[in-house]
Amino acid sequence: MEDIAYSVQEVKEKIVQTFSDVIFDDDKMEVRRLYMTADRSILFELCKFMKNDLGFCHCSLVSGVDRCDRFQTVYHITSYASNITAEIVVDLPHDEPEVDSITPLWGGANWHERETFDMFGIIFKNHPNLKRLLLPEDYKFFPMRKDCPEGGR
Amino acid sequence: MYLDLWNLVGGLIHWLMVDVIGEILNWLHLYGLADWLGSSGVLHILTIIVVGLIILVVGMLVSITLIWQDRKMLGRFMDRVGTQVGPFGLFQNFADALKVLVKEYIIPDAADRLIYPLAPILIIGLSMAMFVTIPYSQGFYMSNSDLSVILTLAILAVVPFAVLMGGWASNNKYTLIGGMRAAAQTCAYEVPLLLSVASVVVLTGSMNFMDIVAFQYENTWLVIPLIIGFIVFLVSIIAEVERVPFDLPEAEAELVEGWQTEYGGMRFGLIMMSQYARSFVGASLIVLLFFGGWHGPFADYIPAGIWFVVKVFLVFILFVWAWAAFPRIRTDQILDLCWKRLLPLAAINLFIAVFFKTMGWF
Amino acid sequence: MAEMWINMGPQHPMTHGLWNMRIKVDGETITDAEPVIGYLHRGWEKMVENRLYPQIIPMADRLCYGSAFTWSHVYCMAVEKLMDIEVPERAQYIRAMSDELQRIGNHLMWLAAIGTDLGNLTMFLYATRDREMFLDLFTSLTGARMTYNYCRVGGVRNDSPPNWTRDLVRTLDYFEKRLKEYDMLVDQSKLFRMRMEGLGYMSAKDCINAGITGPVLRASGVKQDLRHNDPYEIYEELDWNICTHDDCDTWARYRVRMMEMQESVNIVRDILKKMPESGPIRVKPPRAAPVGTAMARMEDPRGESLMYLVGDGTDKPYRLSVRSPLYVIISASPQLLKGYRIADVPSILGMLDVCVGEMDR
Repeated sequence: MEDIAYSVQEVKEKIVQTFSDVIFDDDKMEVRRLYMTADRSILFELCKFMKNDLGFCHCSLVSGVDRCDRFQTVYHITSYASNITAEIVVDLPHDEPEVDSITPLWGGANWHERETFDMFGIIFKNHPNLKRLLLPEDYKFFPMRKDCPEGGR
Repeated sequence: MYLDLWNLVGGLIHWLMVDVIGEILNWLHLYGLADWLGSSGVLHILTIIVVGLIILVVGMLVSITLIWQDRKMLGRFMDRVGTQVGPFGLFQNFADALKVLVKEYIIPDAADRLIYPLAPILIIGLSMAMFVTIPYSQGFYMSNSDLSVILTLAILAVVPFAVLMGGWASNNKYTLIGGMRAAAQTCAYEVPLLLSVASVVVLTGSMNFMDIVAFQYENTWLVIPLIIGFIVFLVSIIAEVERVPFDLPEAEAELVEGWQTEYGGMRFGLIMMSQYARSFVGASLIVLLFFGGWHGPFADYIPAGIWFVVKVFLVFILFVWAWAAFPRIRTDQILDLCWKRLLPLAAINLFIAVFFKTMGWF
Repeated sequence: MAEMWINMGPQHPMTHGLWNMRIKVDGETITDAEPVIGYLHRGWEKMVENRLYPQIIPMADRLCYGSAFTWSHVYCMAVEKLMDIEVPERAQYIRAMSDELQRIGNHLMWLAAIGTDLGNLTMFLYATRDREMFLDLFTSLTGARMTYNYCRVGGVRNDSPPNWTRDLVRTLDYFEKRLKEYDMLVDQSKLFRMRMEGLGYMSAKDCINAGITGPVLRASGVKQDLRHNDPYEIYEELDWNICTHDDCDTWARYRVRMMEMQESVNIVRDILKKMPESGPIRVKPPRAAPVGTAMARMEDPRGESLMYLVGDGTDKPYRLSVRSPLYVIISASPQLLKGYRIADVPSILGMLDVCVGEMDR
């Protein structure tokens, strides 16, 4: 794999050329950061493109957020060659929280996706081993959802 | 200067049986009983029992002191104080022994009811049986057999089977693996051990500790011609008694406590005791075979037995030092070391011994 | 012997905490492995959703008892990003200095643990004793030995105490001598090297794909250190080198950590030279954070730690998500273990520097 260093602007342009409906958050201007929002249908293709063509070789974090009306999965993906960390936010409907797994691309996302499933009940399709990880296997609820009661109430 | 244990105890028994109890029985007109108690057979058996008890107690005391030396010196090697109960921490072992004595007596559900309690008894019994063959001086010994070297090593070779029994009977994966390792390791290290002993036997022409020590007194300490043999013997005996760096069977990082995992309370205490008893025997073997036994300077003032024990303590320093300085090495490496390094060295050493003997230098 | 599963944990001397490494062995050879975690899961991420922003700092300390400062530091950086606060320069220097001292302390704790893993208690006691020197330094700086509660949103709690520089330089001088002694005790010992060389091989490509970061990644020859590649605080202004090693095995991991301790000493010396003599150490943060998201990441002693923070305009975070470097490394541990022996398990896993607090959160 060629290690070509791109600037943030170049990465943006290349993504826009291939994926027209990715929305960039241009309000946040920080060095070595890239913020974008993508639809869940193109997430896997976008990640594959970023990994294979733009050199984003490291998946830092996959986390879930419960926005009450919708779920979000947030991906932090890093390129070692160009030192850019990209943040991809994907919205999921509350009644059907399903998204493609990126574990086939980055092995490092494996346990992050399992944990997100564990805590939020978000289903990652094509995940090799989507089971409870931190919580016991017989739990019936997903504790990090905002509607989960706290303190036994 | 030495103590003649057999004569002393024999005289004491004779005095007690004939001059005290015999007189009393005669006064009571029980002449038959007095004669029977005063007969040479009964006196001899009583003497054997008392001498055996004395040897056992002395051996235990030396072993306990070795535990103290181990813990105290390890502490000093590691920049800490070590044992602290009593003067110089000498009573720490007795406190610990008291602790394990009052512990509960547990047999795991899955364990074999017969073999599980039997294994520690076998191990401690075998370890103490080796005290029998070790002479402390010309007069302070239990047995003076012409084959005492072979007898000691034979008993040493039986211990791994007891260990394997214990590990298997505990019915636990850690203990099973630990027992297997112990058996493999100790069986492998028998070979270089015996070869280096063979070189001593070749040079001295005897398998009796008395003759070997006398030979060293007349000529020189065998560590000088047989320095390679000494190194091989030292490494092998450390492996035999399962101390760091060869404590794989109980490798606590991966196998919890190895084959002794399921043993608790006094059984653990016995196993612990047996290890130091074997260390004592190992160190004594080194002293007897390579360091001139109980001979030392100022023989007129310092009894031979004291010299022997002092030398054992000095040799044991090597054991402690190895513990403080080395990590544990791996199963395959341990066997590599045995077959690829120690065995050729032991063979070379044997050739050297044969060479010296044929040249008539010794 | 047939293949069998062995539980190494949750109560096991190898694990350094409460987790379970299930390994499948064929004789002594490992054919499969499966980490089981969650025994120490405290619901940290749920708990912080009901705490005020300053109340979370001591909780962040408790993510890992070994490197408490770096965790509260990364949390404070995330909140500062969200609230858009500029930290005074002297506070940045103090934070970087504490980071490096914490790194040394944490690596010494790892060195102590690896000593017992390899079966040598001497190394454990030597390293623990040296760590005590750094804990003393932290005590004089923050008032606590392990969980400091020292970092603040907008700076640090207090300035360095009187005679701080003198004590620090003395400790560093002493510690550099001790590092040479470790070199003589371990690096030049054939037996120690036999236990470490050639174990747990993982190539750079596999490491990157598995998400492994920190010393383990650098031991595979990747020049990747967030202090250099994504500099935070004042690391851009300091001279130092990234420590890497090309062997990809546990020996390389050992060497990288030892070199990092030396490098941290150099960084602290450099910081002492460049640090402003006086100045403000803290700005007052607002009570509530604005609506929005923020992300901060830094080089923890174990790798890349990252916090993703969602604010909803109140004084409590809406969501705080933590990337623990060890969590990802442990997820890749089966690849490290396969094909090696039971006796290598403590050696391989010990080199990862396991701390269950941050792994389970």
